[in-house]
Amino acid sequence: MALDSKIPEGPIADKWTNYKNNINLVNPANKRNIDVIVVGTGLAGGSASATLAELGYNVKAFCFQDSPRRAHSIAAQGGINAAKNYQGDGDSTYRLFYDTVKGGDYRSREANVYRLAEVSANIIDQCVAQGVPFAREYGGYLDNRSFGGVLVSRTFYAAGQTGQQLLLGAYSAMNRQIGRGKIKMYNRHEMLDVVVVDGKARGIITRNLITGEIERHSAHAVVLGTGGYGNVFFLSTNAMGSNVTAAWKAHKRGAYFANPCYTQIHPTCIPVSGDHQSKLTLMSESLRNDGRIWVPKRKEDVEAIRSGKLKPKELKEEDRDYYLERRYPAFGNLVPRDVASRAAKERCDAGFGVNATGEAVFLDFASAIQRYGKEQALIHHLDVNDAALVKKLGQEVVKNKYGNLFQMYEKIVDQDPYNTPMMIYPAVHYTMGGIWVDYNLMTTVPGLYCIGEANFSDHGANRLGASALMQGLADGYFVLPYTIGDYLSNDIRTGPISTDSKEFEEAEKGVRDQINHLINNKGTHTVDHFHKKLGKIMWNKVGMARNVQGLTEAIKEIKELRAEFWKDVKVPGTNEEFNDELAKAGRVADYLELGELFAKDALHREESCGGHFREDAVELDGEQKGEAKRDDENFAYVAAWEYKGEPSDAVLHKEDLEFKDIELKQRSYK
Amino acid sequence: MNLTLKIWRQKNAKDKGGLVDYKVNDVSPDMSFLEMLDVLNEDLINKDEEPVAFDHDCREGICGMCSLYINGEAHGPDRGVTTCQLHMRMFKDGDTIYIEPFRAAAFPVIKDLIVDRTSFDRIQHAGGFISVNTSGNTIDANAIPINKHDADTAFDAATCIGCGACVASCKNSSAMLFVSAKVSQFALLPQGKIEATDRVLNMVKQMDDEGFGNCTNTGACEVECPKGISLENIARMNREYLKASLKG
Amino acid sequence: MSGILNSSIGRKFAMALSALFLMIFLLQHFAINLMSVFSADTFNEVSHFMGTNWLIQFVMQPILMFGVLFHFIMGFVLEIRNRKARHISYAKNNGAANSTWMSRNMIYSGLFILIFLIIHFLDFWFPEINTKYIIGDMSGMHDGEFRYFHELQEKFVPIWRVALYCIGFVFLALHLLHGFNSAFQSVGANNKYTKGLKGFGKAYAILIPLGFIVIALFHHFNH
Repeated sequence: MALDSKIPEGPIADKWTNYKNNINLVNPANKRNIDVIVVGTGLAGGSASATLAELGYNVKAFCFQDSPRRAHSIAAQGGINAAKNYQGDGDSTYRLFYDTVKGGDYRSREANVYRLAEVSANIIDQCVAQGVPFAREYGGYLDNRSFGGVLVSRTFYAAGQTGQQLLLGAYSAMNRQIGRGKIKMYNRHEMLDVVVVDGKARGIITRNLITGEIERHSAHAVVLGTGGYGNVFFLSTNAMGSNVTAAWKAHKRGAYFANPCYTQIHPTCIPVSGDHQSKLTLMSESLRNDGRIWVPKRKEDVEAIRSGKLKPKELKEEDRDYYLERRYPAFGNLVPRDVASRAAKERCDAGFGVNATGEAVFLDFASAIQRYGKEQALIHHLDVNDAALVKKLGQEVVKNKYGNLFQMYEKIVDQDPYNTPMMIYPAVHYTMGGIWVDYNLMTTVPGLYCIGEANFSDHGANRLGASALMQGLADGYFVLPYTIGDYLSNDIRTGPISTDSKEFEEAEKGVRDQINHLINNKGTHTVDHFHKKLGKIMWNKVGMARNVQGLTEAIKEIKELRAEFWKDVKVPGTNEEFNDELAKAGRVADYLELGELFAKDALHREESCGGHFREDAVELDGEQKGEAKRDDENFAYVAAWEYKGEPSDAVLHKEDLEFKDIELKQRSYK
Repeated sequence: MNLTLKIWRQKNAKDKGGLVDYKVNDVSPDMSFLEMLDVLNEDLINKDEEPVAFDHDCREGICGMCSLYINGEAHGPDRGVTTCQLHMRMFKDGDTIYIEPFRAAAFPVIKDLIVDRTSFDRIQHAGGFISVNTSGNTIDANAIPINKHDADTAFDAATCIGCGACVASCKNSSAMLFVSAKVSQFALLPQGKIEATDRVLNMVKQMDDEGFGNCTNTGACEVECPKGISLENIARMNREYLKASLKG
Repeated sequence: MSGILNSSIGRKFAMALSALFLMIFLLQHFAINLMSVFSADTFNEVSHFMGTNWLIQFVMQPILMFGVLFHFIMGFVLEIRNRKARHISYAKNNGAANSTWMSRNMIYSGLFILIFLIIHFLDFWFPEINTKYIIGDMSGMHDGEFRYFHELQEKFVPIWRVALYCIGFVFLALHLLHGFNSAFQSVGANNKYTKGLKGFGKAYAILIPLGFIVIALFHHFNH
């Protein structure tokens, strides 16, 4: 099947408006006869559920957590971008569009990104109307801060809990509809298959995580807002329950999986402390507004710091290597995430890592505390030369801005980041790849939609900070409700979808068979044993720097691990009860397939772009020596993989990316 | 370090349940409490015993999924943290640790340490929202300036993660801190004032119908709240409720 | 407003209002008692006025009775409801980590105060009612002089009664240490304008019961 992205005609700035003017609508009376299933209740799924229910559709929403409010969008810290230009610093829809495409290393679809930038301002209006308490200035107006990879301040935030506040906003909108009976909420339900009837997605199979009951649910369309697959690395900043299962089952039912190898490794996470580690904790990118990243210049100082003989704050300024400021003077500490992560890895690989494992760099707030302290002293007519006072005032400012993050760091690491620099290291955080969707956010299966992080569309090969929240809410509040209407307008005479068809039966049987296999396998190793092994392969060979040999090995090893898993996994208990191990086993089974496709995609893409860095694709000389080298001639396309049984048999389909409104050029942050 | 755990085991909602002793050895002080339980579970599965069921998800203190009543306190002895952020350095070698589910009639046990907190969701369905449709045509976000103090106070209330530690800690199993946090957030914002009367009446009614107890102002909730939600919110809700009752 | 007592907040509001009323009454009671230390005559005059004024006897006194009864009954009702809100108690509960002993044991301090009140009624109130309304002696005189001060002194002769009073007031202090501020919290008075209230509440909770104790001891030793 050839990929048709269905991008509307016309100039980029008019595409979305023209599209909306020309689509088919469903009249309110008919909407009452149409059911829509939404899987996932994060920013994308939650906002979509609420909006579709407001429009009049009957929504069935599903989440595996005990409440929609727990979806992992809640953990997003830093902020949400919007082209409001409240700061008057030259922001515009075009600039947000440009920054996002450039930040994504020119691997995203222009029309989608432009639409995203266009609706971004509406998101802020909508959220404020819902009562989301964004940070404000003393004048009562909304405050902004800046994020990596851009030159304007367009990020709206609510301390370090922006994701939480936005999700609770979407959750409140859902609650209103649940109260009205327009959304039927299924908590603690996991989607285990998509049901395709006559070529159209018409339902899902779920498992009730409390009782183990396998249920059939039908609808006229199915929307997946099930997030990313970062947990394929075992250790990531994702929630423990975040999984690829829904997306992967959709892939197996015919939805192409696009760019699986585009993974964001976030530069500022708390370093791994030991083998017991179950997950990694992010420190918001917003910290890079005020924190300066460095390692010692000399190896002997590194040794002294590692052994505890030298305190980091005692090291003299001239002996520190602020390597981001050195390498990227224009953007300094605010380079995009992929660039910052690779730079940290480069220093640590060269032996300058500052903790016992050699995998950490410093994020230092001392100069910000000084700067803010002096400012406060001047404002309040106090003595600028009183060092203790300046420090105290500065710490207060920093506490106001990042207090919850500093507290979190202190609880985890047991060090006071106000007095000693934080230690950070990159960690898997977000996946730009995902289910392929067209301009309508529809997958290659008619009637099956995919929104938010679960799809591939807007961030290319690298996502800019504060853009994930923007995309999730844009898709759910402002894009999908239009595009799905156009599709559903053909379904007004369909009537209720029966769950008694052979397609439902067959899908349910497949689900039951897999569960029975897992329960009855009685192997010798736990699910986590396999998951950790997979994670190690992924991190070492498909991680921040990739090469042909490593990727080839990874493909082989993952395949072997998968075979071993099916032969030897041990799942205690039964299906007919709350059984976390069983739920985990199903998820890891899918990761073991995705992991292989991931590596295969990384192997085929013989260029470096965004989060995908190939050691054999770097600039060899000139000003950009050592930087990632993109190959627009051969790889300016979306790699969409079609499922054919084994991941190794997946068939590649290319969607060529056209850049009409932005000139393709090398990304430079120098 | 080596620890003795006394963990509440209960097969399902109908089972009677009881405390069972477990030993865990070689616990690292850098582990989080849940990672310690991971180790125990891995061990139990390898010994063909049933692992302990507990709720958890984000493991960074924001999703509100983890619970646990540890040594007589919700989320354990540390302050301002959820169980997933509680680290084993808070305990000593040789300690005995009681691990029980959050207890309240309105939080029935599902299995072991997992409880059903959907009563919280139902309270939110009753009024935890501002009735505004998604349109993209709502007024500009800066059209209504909001006093920074009010905005910050509303934010502080809005940081509630809905974990239920307040209910678990309260000797009366009262949900007043949880409900008042939402009521306060909206009561402090101009957008929320329009529906203030109905909101507080409906949410309090649902809270009562769910079987939560009456607040007696012991303040335990505020102390145990991982997000430091203030008792001032309860006072504010009391005012809002009385105002609303007088209006009818 | 209808049915406000059916809601949790309504009930605690009512509880707080009755508490505030009783705390004002307590202050007034204390003021009169204090007079007995300084001037027997003034104490007698005020006692006679309080005991014979129809507004106080037939309006204020029933209101007070109602307030006392309401506070006790509501206290028990709330306690029963609250116990029902948790079917299984914790095997280990560290209440001291997050709340005061007083706040967790209001029902017990309240019960002791109830016992004390019964004794107090038997000591003073019933004889008073008996004299005035059953025997019908409204004069307040005994052997040619006001009887109030004399009766008061008599009561505090036995050491067991003084001890009982002291214990009763210690429980009252414990009850007030939580109750005072709790009442204000319940009626919504906890915000930036009420910062000084907490300290005042503590002072009230300790000084007033202490005053009652001092007066009882004074009469015991000055007889």
